[in-house]
Amino acid sequence: MLEVKGIQNGIVIDHIKAGNGLKIFNKLLSEHMDTPVVLLMNVDSKALGKKDIIKLADVFDIDLDILGLIDHNITVNVVRDSKITDKRKANIPEEVTGLFNCINPRCITNSDAYAVPKFKLYEMNGTAEYICSYCEEITKYRL
Amino acid sequence: MSQVRHLIEPEDFTLEELMQLVDTGLSIFENPSQYRKVCDGKIMASLFFEPSTRTKLSFDSAMMRLGGQVLGFSDANTSSTAKGESLADTIKVVNDYSDLIVMRHPKEGAPKLATHFATIPVINGGDGGHQHPTQTLTDLITIKRFKGRLDNMKIGFCGDLKFGRTVHSLIRTLARFGNKEFYLISPDELTLPVSLKRQLEKQGVKLIEVRYLEDVVEELDMLYMTRIQKERFFNEEDYVRLKNTYILNRDKIRTAKEDLIILHPLPRVNEIAIEVDTDPRAAYFEQSKMGVYVRMALICKLLEVGPYARG
Repeated sequence: MLEVKGIQNGIVIDHIKAGNGLKIFNKLLSEHMDTPVVLLMNVDSKALGKKDIIKLADVFDIDLDILGLIDHNITVNVVRDSKITDKRKANIPEEVTGLFNCINPRCITNSDAYAVPKFKLYEMNGTAEYICSYCEEITKYRL
Repeated sequence: MSQVRHLIEPEDFTLEELMQLVDTGLSIFENPSQYRKVCDGKIMASLFFEPSTRTKLSFDSAMMRLGGQVLGFSDANTSSTAKGESLADTIKVVNDYSDLIVMRHPKEGAPKLATHFATIPVINGGDGGHQHPTQTLTDLITIKRFKGRLDNMKIGFCGDLKFGRTVHSLIRTLARFGNKEFYLISPDELTLPVSLKRQLEKQGVKLIEVRYLEDVVEELDMLYMTRIQKERFFNEEDYVRLKNTYILNRDKIRTAKEDLIILHPLPRVNEIAIEVDTDPRAAYFEQSKMGVYVRMALICKLLEVGPYARG
């Protein structure tokens, strides 16, 4: 059994669907790379069977919206002095601005720097679907 | 002026406001001379980044008939856009030259973007394949004039339902007026966009998709024809293959109701044979005419002048 020590101060991103850990790591965490980071993959989980976990030392802020977009089962534990002081759940955001692009090639957001892609949650069909505030095309967020 | 209003999509106005615009447009149609000075001293900027005949000229005509003046361009190549100016910068500048902006743009959502940089009303004169709300107003005033109502009708849309922005705006608005069943007559390649279908079905609208007009024409109170637009295709081959698929001729409306009305946003290419023009059910040239009057009403509303003057 592989053992990884807990962190003293920082956050633990838990309940990541197995396979998504590396994608989150690559997409979101490059800015945190000057602090110790641990990525655990394919850890046994009662709820998920297998899961990934990311531990970030000395980091306390993370964008819950984008984590919710990726996987709404994700939880974030804030650790201070080796104790969990706060548990947060990644929510599926009702509104998303600038996190992904509209799939419609004719949408103004794909050709004008002033038009920051902005979406409203449209429906949850397994994955969250968002409607573009500019062209009304429905886009699914894919990691 | 109170808070600036824009018309980017028909949902920007309540049903009451839409009805009032239609009724005001009909009043102006009945008695246009009463309104000939209500926009004296006002300037409308007419920014057409994409070609247009009816929308641009009917807006220009509407403003001139109200006593206002018009400036602008009808081709992006004759504006600073050709030099690489952003839409935002163009709007910021034009905002100071005029009292009202009408714009058409090939990119979907561009007029909405313009509202972020304008302190004067912006009217969407068509954005890509997305929306064309003033054509919807034109359609509504024509339907009201000829049918006397806007609800409780069997309505067929025929032709390019995928890229036909006039269809997208009108079908949503007619659904809001309580029409809950539509016949969609188009080839497989040009059916209504899935996202719009889902939005309509979510509101309880029944969409009946058929391939041939003859199968449903007897049922219809209104038939809305559209052009299969060359500029919406990625390749010429698809255009050539589909453009002749849905041509309306006398024979196809032989069994249609006597009080059917046939509408078309124009321009037509060959999807309505010219022999249909003399049929009393053909209302598309009257429709084009009514567009001026309802746009006069819209300009008055957004500038809060004439019938919409405050106080």
